[in-house]
Amino acid sequence: MGSMTIGAKYKTTLKDPGTTGVLRMNEDKFTFTPHDPRSAMKLNVDFRSIKGHKFNKVDGSKPAPPLLNLSKDSDKGGGYMFEFDNVTNRDLSRDFVGKQQGTIPPKPNVPPENSVTSTGEEQLSAAEMQRRMKLLQEDSELQKLHMKFVLGNILQESEFWATRKNLLEDEANKGSKQRPGFKSAMLADVRPSADGRTNKVTFSLTTEIIHQIFAEKPAVHRAAEYLLRTKNTVAATAEAAEDEELAIFLKNDDILAKEARLKIKRVDPTLDMEADAGDDYIHLPDHGIIRDGSKETIDNDGELARRTLSQDLNRHAAVVLEGRSSDVELTDTKTVAEAIARSKKEPPSSSISDDTNHERLVKVARMTEIEDLQAPRSLPYAPLCIKDPREYFDSQQANALRSLGGNNDGRHARNCRLSTDDAFDHLLGQISSIKVNGLNYPVIQSDVALKHWAAIQELLQHFWSSYPITTSVLYNKVQRIKDAMTQIYQKLQDIKESAQPDVRHEISQLVKPMTQALDAAFNHDLEQQQKSSKSGNKPNGF
Amino acid sequence: MKFDLEGLTVHFPYAAIYPEQHAYMGELKRALDARGHALLEMPTGTGKTSALISLITSYSLASPSRPLRLIYCTRTVHEMEKTLAELRLLFAHLPAAASRSLLALGLSSRKNLCVHPQASAAAARDSVDTACRRLTASWVRDRAASDPDSTPLCDFFESFDRAAAAGDLASYMPPGVYTLADLRALGRDRGICPYFLARQMVKYANVVVYSYQYLIDPKVASIVSREMQKECVVVFDEAHNIDNVCIEALSVSIRKQTLEGRFKATDANRLRAEYNRLVDGLAQRGNLPISDAWLANPALPEDILKEAVPGNIRRAEHFLAVLRRLVRFLDGRLETENVENEMPVAFVASIHSQAGIDQKMLRFCYDRLHSLMLTLEITDTDEFMHIQTICDFATLIGTYTRGFSIIIEPYDERMPDIRDPVIQLSCHDASLAIQPVFERFQTVVITSGTLSPIDLYPRLLNFNPVISRSFTMSLTRDCICPMVLTRGSDQLPVSTKFDMRSDPGVVRNYGRLLLEMASAVPDGIVCFFVSYSYMDGIVNSWNEMGILQDIMQHKLVFIETPDVVETTLALDNYRKACDCGRGAIFFSVARGKVAEGIDFDRHYGRLVIMFGVPFQYTLSRILLARLEYLRETFQIKEGDFLTFDALRQAAQCVGRVIRSKADYGMMIFADKRYSRHDKRSKLPGWILSHLHDAHLNLSTDMALHIAREFLRRMAQPYDKTGSGGNKTLLTEEDLQNMAQDAMEM
Repeated sequence: MGSMTIGAKYKTTLKDPGTTGVLRMNEDKFTFTPHDPRSAMKLNVDFRSIKGHKFNKVDGSKPAPPLLNLSKDSDKGGGYMFEFDNVTNRDLSRDFVGKQQGTIPPKPNVPPENSVTSTGEEQLSAAEMQRRMKLLQEDSELQKLHMKFVLGNILQESEFWATRKNLLEDEANKGSKQRPGFKSAMLADVRPSADGRTNKVTFSLTTEIIHQIFAEKPAVHRAAEYLLRTKNTVAATAEAAEDEELAIFLKNDDILAKEARLKIKRVDPTLDMEADAGDDYIHLPDHGIIRDGSKETIDNDGELARRTLSQDLNRHAAVVLEGRSSDVELTDTKTVAEAIARSKKEPPSSSISDDTNHERLVKVARMTEIEDLQAPRSLPYAPLCIKDPREYFDSQQANALRSLGGNNDGRHARNCRLSTDDAFDHLLGQISSIKVNGLNYPVIQSDVALKHWAAIQELLQHFWSSYPITTSVLYNKVQRIKDAMTQIYQKLQDIKESAQPDVRHEISQLVKPMTQALDAAFNHDLEQQQKSSKSGNKPNGF
Repeated sequence: MKFDLEGLTVHFPYAAIYPEQHAYMGELKRALDARGHALLEMPTGTGKTSALISLITSYSLASPSRPLRLIYCTRTVHEMEKTLAELRLLFAHLPAAASRSLLALGLSSRKNLCVHPQASAAAARDSVDTACRRLTASWVRDRAASDPDSTPLCDFFESFDRAAAAGDLASYMPPGVYTLADLRALGRDRGICPYFLARQMVKYANVVVYSYQYLIDPKVASIVSREMQKECVVVFDEAHNIDNVCIEALSVSIRKQTLEGRFKATDANRLRAEYNRLVDGLAQRGNLPISDAWLANPALPEDILKEAVPGNIRRAEHFLAVLRRLVRFLDGRLETENVENEMPVAFVASIHSQAGIDQKMLRFCYDRLHSLMLTLEITDTDEFMHIQTICDFATLIGTYTRGFSIIIEPYDERMPDIRDPVIQLSCHDASLAIQPVFERFQTVVITSGTLSPIDLYPRLLNFNPVISRSFTMSLTRDCICPMVLTRGSDQLPVSTKFDMRSDPGVVRNYGRLLLEMASAVPDGIVCFFVSYSYMDGIVNSWNEMGILQDIMQHKLVFIETPDVVETTLALDNYRKACDCGRGAIFFSVARGKVAEGIDFDRHYGRLVIMFGVPFQYTLSRILLARLEYLRETFQIKEGDFLTFDALRQAAQCVGRVIRSKADYGMMIFADKRYSRHDKRSKLPGWILSHLHDAHLNLSTDMALHIAREFLRRMAQPYDKTGSGGNKTLLTEEDLQNMAQDAMEM
């Protein structure tokens, strides 16, 4: 029967917002692991204790979330309620549960029908699980494949994902690249509200605003820290944000100036205007013309730390750019202050050895080049030039397939001395090109045939990657895949035969590469079998 | 690529070349052949710098009799870095034998080059200089020889000195390209002082990149550039403001604070020794140790009298008495309540009658002070900055009788309440400072994206170029889109004219313009305002009107401030914001430091808005005096000069958006005055040729529509090499064909 893993929300009541997590089901039990490891909502329930299941009807008219209720006792109504992201997921799990309920009760102690399933089950972290789930949700094609092979027990969960490592990694990287940021708007939007009766003016500060105040005005942040240490009252810190006296006491400008001095060393030399100040002899005091109308006299005397609007604007924008340092859920002033302090402590990366910074040199060099006088650098991207969108996306798909083949290449070379991988690559390339061309023919039934294409692709990939067969696990896998391939082969034949005579030729043209690819696989398998039977028992048992 | 240009093999670091670069090289070659000066205007974004350095380098590689000696002057340090990066690219494409023997380096002040841990920690330039002198002055080192424990020295300088004495400085600096960062890294690596090493190696380097001042300002030039030979090719890049640099180099102002500098001299023995030296007429011995070199005489070399210091200031106490009298005199003049404008001759006469100092004594003030300071072994030169300024002033008025005026103002007209008296000695004649450069060097190339009208510069600078040409830009597609916006959405005119600029309607219309554009234009937008005070005012008004908040919904906002550190960081952040896709707006000032040399190419600037016409403050006395001088001497009309000056600034500001033909950007001139022909026609040709008649009188909504259309058009794929007969990108093959065609003709 296999197992099933799906993202869901566990709800105790109908009104409950629910705990997001992972619902895993296999033959005899289901578990629920919340994403938040601190949550107490972990479940591990035997299917035998489940007496029935209910689900709600979801149609377009009502925005109701798809629910599935596994009831413990049909008469008492106690049970486990799960909310799913969409109806398909819910129906999948419902069907699964339905099957379990049909099979489990009579046989309480069934030994696992094949050892592979249980040993192959790997311990996955919640994050990994989540990523897989996300991919499945986003890509319906992938979901179909997953359903077909993993739930159909042809491939195992781990086998299925092994070929999609790069997808998973992309997903993981994507996650870490995104950081929550500040709003672009300035703090000036925080308007005080007066209650009209007393003289009190109230500022309503959310933690987000407090975070922003602390980040933009380090003096206020320092004052708040000071207050926290001495009084240790959270309420006092909000006051600190508005406490002019403290802020002036701990001078804002000094702190900023110190930061600026560190930062200026890392600035791109092609815009370092600070360096000019030291080079230009005209900047000697009293040399040059000071009042000719083009320059303005800048009052250096009124240096009484007046931060002008423009300085505030620059500071604000800089803070927004730096972004929020941590994704810690900020709940109160204290945690906010601490989080900022922590991020500040990160050591300033090598402030002195900036001169040899290779990266900076490369950047400057790249900036200098005149781009269209030079052949483009070999970028890992296809140039964006969309004349015919259909053609473009088809070619992109072909590229993706080619790269998929390329990835397998390395592994083949390591595992096997046979030159089958070359053959496979070649085949794959041809197939994809034919596929592209095929798409351009106006064949109506082609979609039907092409639906199988992805499945075949997947199976073939697994098939070829399991050679040479060295373990019993691989052997089992190949057997399973072979069975599945035979089925598909049969289906393809059916399509060919059932086609209308006038399009039959085109259909067979379309199907041909697929059958050829499958034939190649079957032949290879046959050869291997013959070889092994000829040479008798191999040292490793096969 | 490598190609043949009228018999010269040119090495060019790219695979293709723009036709205008090819033409530019041709003109440049003719100038080099004729050994004369050249004045070349070529639009920004057509690769002036790389064309220039490629041609000059290739020229000298081809003729071994004229080894490569190029002095490349830039306005700013960051432009210096850009030029050095281009040089590095070029050297990598030269034949191995050539690139192995060429040395190119940038030169800057101690502040940018010092690697001594304590000395370089000082914040200001002068304190780095002082800290350096404290460790390296010849008398400090003499003292250290006898008393090594208590006298700290700079190890970096000591190893430099040893290497210089042994004559193997070159072994420290193998051929290659050295940016300032490279020099510092080399200095740290080899334990040698990068500043003095660079100063020494300048004599042997094939290419020297440094600031204008190092060649134009006589105070600096006679120390740093003294040994440059006549064969050198001198290039002034981004030279549209060169006349201003020249007049500033010879201008001095004296304020109240300046006169408060005091001077204490005590050591009698040394003074006597010094007196003997002065009698011998050895005021400038010429071969001072390099570490003692100080700012030189502010007057131009040939104007300095080669005479003994006059007898009546030879003795230190006499000289000090003279200085005291001079200071008292200037102090008295500063007390004035009225604006006074005098010519140097009259001023010198009044000094003579009231303080008893004659012209000759004034003229020697600077040398005499310099000598005195050396005698007194003064290392903390920044403490004597003020007295030095006064001596500069005295020497200049003692030397020149025309081309200058002395203006005494009790306050700045724009802030009449604040008393800030100043005596300004201002030079009006740009040709004075640059004349020695033209005379000394065979070929001087003045080039920029904005030299329109090109016939004005030879008059301002008083020289005769053999080549003077303005190039246009051959475009593959209309990748620049200049517009003149005269009205807001409500059809009311917008302008920064003095009587209109504070009108709330104009302020709002400007704000709405920016807001609409911020919502339509991707990535970076740059705004230029006519002055700091205007920018401050309008940004505050926008803030109060809530327009700024609306703008910030779309993009982050950065502002140029008078503080360079803050501005640099703001620029850095601006680039980050554009890089990460958030988009940003930069508010800047025409004539400010950002407008001078920061590029807003590619996504760093898809739109420039020039709010208003950046006229100079026309009531300024100094400007009026200069205008009068220009009218009398060069027959240049006041109005013409003012418009020319404003429009070159505007063109300079908007020209920063284009870097190459693959780049694109819009330019909005937001002022009704730009629609007038007399103003507009002063813009450089390459902008005018893209300014369609339909874009001359736009309102905000029309401009927005055009902007949207333009951006959509630019997003389409295009053929980079240009279509049909109109080639905008030449390959090696094209060039060969061209050469053949020329032969057949």
